[in-house]
Amino acid sequence: MKTQTMYEKIWEAHLVRASADEVPILYIDTHLVHEVTSPQAFEGLRLNNRKVRRPDLTFATMDHNVPTTDRSLPITDLIAAKQMETLSQNCAEFDIPLYDIDSPEQGIVHVIGPELGITQPGTTIVCGDSHTSTHGALGALAFGIGTSEIEHVLATQCLLQQKSETFEIRIDGTLPYGVTAKDIILAIIGHIGIDGGNGAVVEYTGSAIRALSIEERMTVCNMSIEAGARAGMIAPDDATYQYIAGKRFAPKGEDFDAAVERWKQLPTDEGATYDRTLQLNAADIAPQVTWGTNPGMVTDVTGRIPDPTDMATADEKTATEHALEYMDLQPGTPITDIPVDRVFIGSCTNSRISDLRAAAEVAKGRKVAESVSAMVVPGSQAVKRQAEAEGLDEIFRAAGFEWREAGCSMCLGMNPDTLMPGQRCASTSNRNFEGRQGKGGRTHLVSPQMAAATAVTGHFVDIRNFQ
Amino acid sequence: MEAFKEHVGFVVPLDRINVDTDQIIPKQFLKRIERTGFGEFLFNDWRYLENGDPNPEFVLNHPRYAGASILIAGVNFGCGSSREHAPWALQQYGFKAILAPSFADIFRNNCYKNGILPIALPADVITSLSQAAQNTEGYQLMIDLEAQSVICSDGTAYTFDIGDFEKYCLLNGLDEIGWTLQYEADIAAYENR
Repeated sequence: MKTQTMYEKIWEAHLVRASADEVPILYIDTHLVHEVTSPQAFEGLRLNNRKVRRPDLTFATMDHNVPTTDRSLPITDLIAAKQMETLSQNCAEFDIPLYDIDSPEQGIVHVIGPELGITQPGTTIVCGDSHTSTHGALGALAFGIGTSEIEHVLATQCLLQQKSETFEIRIDGTLPYGVTAKDIILAIIGHIGIDGGNGAVVEYTGSAIRALSIEERMTVCNMSIEAGARAGMIAPDDATYQYIAGKRFAPKGEDFDAAVERWKQLPTDEGATYDRTLQLNAADIAPQVTWGTNPGMVTDVTGRIPDPTDMATADEKTATEHALEYMDLQPGTPITDIPVDRVFIGSCTNSRISDLRAAAEVAKGRKVAESVSAMVVPGSQAVKRQAEAEGLDEIFRAAGFEWREAGCSMCLGMNPDTLMPGQRCASTSNRNFEGRQGKGGRTHLVSPQMAAATAVTGHFVDIRNFQ
Repeated sequence: MEAFKEHVGFVVPLDRINVDTDQIIPKQFLKRIERTGFGEFLFNDWRYLENGDPNPEFVLNHPRYAGASILIAGVNFGCGSSREHAPWALQQYGFKAILAPSFADIFRNNCYKNGILPIALPADVITSLSQAAQNTEGYQLMIDLEAQSVICSDGTAYTFDIGDFEKYCLLNGLDEIGWTLQYEADIAAYENR
């Protein structure tokens, strides 16, 4: 019998056309749209007198640019405001549902997709954003595309795609206390490097992955792109079905039961093989902190800043020297000796309710260090409402964190939430590239628990020993 | 899309690995709703000093590399975000081709859609071409897409791989959406099954 991986099953089920001498045409079930990468795509449609083929399979929100301060105030960044207004006009013109800045459903596109039940197992999902890999946590094939491809999907509901390689990353064992999904994915990236997944779709398997909640699985899949992988995915299971049940766009009643039966066929067949494989033991993973200017420059919280002269190649030595100069760090410095100025808890990686609960548990009854300015930005308005219903906002405020409105915020600093030059930040986001959070800003990626503890102590701290 | 058949141009070496799209075009320039106007912000944070003057140390600002249209860089060029503003900025600055040992997947795709040719060559070839560009003022290369070949002035040629469809699109400046729409019946059949 033919055995297939989950990726191969979803791929095959979405082929509109596949003959040997042509590039395959892949059908797209769900197209998520936001304000930053879409305006030129809609303009392209107009210039060529084309329509949106399936507005009913297209969903839009505003997240990258939106201010996270009081929404009743006018937006001060006029260029950002124009980009948001353009999305509103485009959605009205092409009849696309939009969760705009005033919508109770507004939020980071990769938070609201799963939250609304738009993200479903076995579907193909694209968005003009590389972190679209997040949706793979529910067993979807989800990947980021550029603006030309956005226009392509708007016009045809299809993409011209070459098949990727398959890459199984298996994590067995039990995660130690204080070690999170964020630490799993950072450890993986540290292991295979930021191009270790290039050309591949990763499937995460193993008992440690199975034990993760759906939101934790999203954190893992979210950062697949930081290892260069086009997509990350995790086979659906009972936890997935329970997560989806009752959500707004989820199938209901008998349709749901039928859907679950279909979804149960998705997991990789026994005996199917992957093009590449990697195995790690969960028990070996420690809390992770990045020290450099890409997510692969990462170490255990108990580690030290590396010495460029220890690097294997001349290129890596130069890159490490550049990174340490930019980050203003000296080789040999213990990670826990590094003080921070700012703490950011948010982003499509770590802004869901479970992330905020974990951070609040650390912050509860404590105070943010005087030298630190800290903020919490929920991933969506729904997350914000839930957190407020649980009193998490009060815990954060009492500890001295700012409590903001939903958006991408300081993950990429397109809105006013940015680092000043030279400021150092413990961030739960996904990229520590130069200038990512503000020109001259220095980013260290950590889990929500680690970020909250760092806010309290003023420097990195091993959450496993945090009293 | 503009077609790409053959190109002869000056070469500039950017001696960095893992150049990410945040460096190619920083986020503060992504708010435009037009497809144009990104070239002047290419590599902005490396290219300009705090006061807005060109950073004399950054390689694109060295007068000897003015007018370069072929960029040579280290492994995994274009990693990070899916922003197509990155190839737009490179193209609008004047680059026609990028040579590196490897490219990030989404970035490479985005290049093809904009008439930029990303050429992956073995690391030792990239190193030697980069050194040649540093050692020889006015160093030029010829790129022949039909032959899938990078040709040096001494006649040395290096062949590179490219997908048949990507090559066809670039050679013909193909409208890919038009290509897919010719199979509208297949799409409709898929939707109705």
